[in-house]
Amino acid sequence: MKHPVTRRRRAQALIGIVAVTALAATACGGGGGGSKKKYSPSNKAVTEVVNQSPKKGGTLKLVSSDKFDSLDPGDMYYASAWNFSRLMARPLLTFKPAPGNASYEFAPDLATDVGKTDDGGKTWTYHLRKGVKYEDGTEVKAADVKYAVERTFDKEILPNGPAYFTQYLDPDGAYKGPYKDSAPDKLGLNAIETPDDYTIVFKMKEPFADFNYLAALPQTAPVPPAKDTGKEYVKHPLATGAYMVDGQYEPGKAVNLIRNPHWDPSTDPLRKALPDRIELLEKQDANDVDNRLFAGTAQLDVVGTGVQAAAQNKILTDEKLAANSDDAVSGALAYLAISSKTPPFDNVHCRRAVQYAVNKAQMQRAVGGEVGADIATNLMPPTLAGSKVADMYPNGAKHTGDVAKAKDELKQCGKPDGFSTVLTARSNRPKEVAGATSVQNALAKVGIKIEIRQYPSGDYFTQFAGVPKWVADNKVGIMFMQWGPDFPTQFGFFQQIVDGRAIKPAGGTNLSELNDPAVNGLIDQATRTIDQNASAAIWQQLDQKVMESAVMVPFAWTKSLLYRPPNVTNLVVTPAYSGMYDYLNIGIQ
Amino acid sequence: MTAPIETTGVAREAHPEAIAESAGVRIEGRSLGQIAWARFRRDKVAMAGGVVIIFMILVAIFAPVITSFVGGDPAEYHDDLLDPVLNIPNGSFGGASWDHPLGLEPVNGRDIFSRIVYGARISMLVAFLATLLSVVIGVVLGTVAGYFGGWVDALISRAMDVFLAFPLLLFAIAIGSSLQGEAFGMKGDTLRVTVLIFVIGFFSWPYIARIVRGQTLSLREREFVEAARSLGATDRHIIFKELLPNLVGPILVYSTLLIPTNILFEAALSYLGVGVQEPTASWGGMLARATSRYEDAPMFMVVPGVTIFITVLAFNLLGDGLRDALDPRSR
Repeated sequence: MKHPVTRRRRAQALIGIVAVTALAATACGGGGGGSKKKYSPSNKAVTEVVNQSPKKGGTLKLVSSDKFDSLDPGDMYYASAWNFSRLMARPLLTFKPAPGNASYEFAPDLATDVGKTDDGGKTWTYHLRKGVKYEDGTEVKAADVKYAVERTFDKEILPNGPAYFTQYLDPDGAYKGPYKDSAPDKLGLNAIETPDDYTIVFKMKEPFADFNYLAALPQTAPVPPAKDTGKEYVKHPLATGAYMVDGQYEPGKAVNLIRNPHWDPSTDPLRKALPDRIELLEKQDANDVDNRLFAGTAQLDVVGTGVQAAAQNKILTDEKLAANSDDAVSGALAYLAISSKTPPFDNVHCRRAVQYAVNKAQMQRAVGGEVGADIATNLMPPTLAGSKVADMYPNGAKHTGDVAKAKDELKQCGKPDGFSTVLTARSNRPKEVAGATSVQNALAKVGIKIEIRQYPSGDYFTQFAGVPKWVADNKVGIMFMQWGPDFPTQFGFFQQIVDGRAIKPAGGTNLSELNDPAVNGLIDQATRTIDQNASAAIWQQLDQKVMESAVMVPFAWTKSLLYRPPNVTNLVVTPAYSGMYDYLNIGIQ
Repeated sequence: MTAPIETTGVAREAHPEAIAESAGVRIEGRSLGQIAWARFRRDKVAMAGGVVIIFMILVAIFAPVITSFVGGDPAEYHDDLLDPVLNIPNGSFGGASWDHPLGLEPVNGRDIFSRIVYGARISMLVAFLATLLSVVIGVVLGTVAGYFGGWVDALISRAMDVFLAFPLLLFAIAIGSSLQGEAFGMKGDTLRVTVLIFVIGFFSWPYIARIVRGQTLSLREREFVEAARSLGATDRHIIFKELLPNLVGPILVYSTLLIPTNILFEAALSYLGVGVQEPTASWGGMLARATSRYEDAPMFMVVPGVTIFITVLAFNLLGDGLRDALDPRSR
């Protein structure tokens, strides 16, 4: 029986067969990747400033797969935003645009010199450069810096930035910020004094050795009280740097920067101010960003955390691309936070069993393989001053897990047959999800059954893993975590993740809820110690103490594979900003 | 007596089949089902679809047996077979070999064949049970609405409009991400599969209910129903004995066409991360992870993609064939 429907359906079936064959052919064409010749990233920008050139002019095109948390210097927490902000804003201090450890050195920016203390770290004094002007031509005064710091106290208006100034200048929380200030000039914070227009003094009750790092936060970039528009200031922050916002910033879309006519190079030894115009497009597709860099239609990926997996393999199998790429150490640690409260992990031996059982080689693969990370065996990243590498829980020659030792710890914990627990990871981070299956796979070998639950990263700390009550209610045992220090010191690295006093009802980053008086004491002791060698020894002791308690399973010190198009000048990797390129002086040929 | 002779003569005249039979030709009365089956068997394309589906169902049922011969445990890592720098399988065709015929995943090195075979279980289970759920709800409510009419019909029809207007995908994502952990006394994959079945099934019943309602509306006015009613048959008798047998055709056809829609929906939800969770394999989940690696590990994306394609195509061909066979006028 021949009828039209059968004929039509026969055609469908035929089209189907053709489509399948075509797809299969595509697969064949793309095969053989694993046997290609491989090239290592040149890493040139890690050790020197690449493509040095004083050539001015041109338009620098930047792209981002994400968006800045804010463009208001008082309201930003992303390292990329801090790095970028310096094109427009001048904080008291900043970091030297130099390779390697030299980038940790302070470069006085708005201030004439690094801060000085004469009472062991309680009082810090800075002197401002004369003749620094805003884009509207008015001169910067010390009171503007004080006002800029004050406004960061109001977390309702500016929720994003770090809260170190509040924590150290006003530990009792008495000052509520200039928007609620009863003083007529809105400068009611007594802990900051401005004896004259060019001097600013910070006074604290307890000594704080790392204060210069706070002065290098974008939060110290001056804001004139008369021009502050609160939440709206993000659209057009008043520039003191070489560039100013052209029109308005559209968050999540674009911002264009043009030259600041009142910027005077004689007051600024740092900025070269090469391009005439800088354009940034936000929220672009991540794989598309990489392809635009390869094609040269964009000069830099502002996010600075490296290319995607597909582009990574393109670079590693292409000699030319590899020659223009850098595998930069980010300074961040990826680890598993083990709850110290959820049974049976309230027993240290059950936590140690996990330390021995995990397969760190597989987890390194999950974060991008040898190019994506170095295997971590202790907490402090080796790039930080005063770090020492140690391995308290050796788990095999290739870190693939030591089943015998893990089982032994389980016996001591009273759970020789294992147990079940819950593991959380961030659903929109494929590397974490891949790592989670690896943990599940490895722990199953010693009888620990893992149930993986995924949550969006935007709410991970405010609603899930960062909420102790939620962790307890859901019997969560292990949480994926990645931590990059706010500033490149041992204090910046450790304080928020191991200090018992950093545990918050929500939004905390001490996920293990470790509250060990010995650990807390060591942190206090180290912050008071000005001598660098003495404080390094204390931090090493602290690292060991935390590892003994086994509440964190460090597995990767992450790296970012960065690509620099050959026509971009003065590129250097800055460890001070999580191992991305320094954005201060880049130009285009 | 002449009667026996007479009777034989009358019988001969009254039953022409008997004449034919005596001449060596046998003619049988055929039911509607038999006619349809005969028509269906002549439709080679639809038969091929049916064979593929039966094959997929067998694969899903015997997944552990099949993978014990080829592929192995779907959750096992074969990371020794991956390139240590590029994180993709050594060799061509995604690392295909006799042990791993469809190659290995990048990063983890799990066997793709095993994961496809186990993924068939999730796809088939969710698609069939969700379809069953929507068919049961749809047939009951559709028949009731069509047969009783009046305010019952008005109420059920409005309910259908509400369900059809529901932003199903958003709802599924919301419920899928909020129902993690434990709920309704279930947890893990059991919970997630149940939620998938419920969400997909509970929101696709109006499609089948509308068709059943329309058919019932026209059937209830037909002579055989009126005859039954005038003989004093109860509503129950009319619905079950007179209406439903005549509805089997359309119900069967639309269920067959609903299954591939549900397979795709399950894949879409797994793709969006609200389906079953790792390490349980699902086709949509495999596709989701493969999209970022299509340039350097194309096999990882092609295999689940082609599998979904073939399965959905097979169901659609079968459904079309069934429709032609059961109701040739709808051509």
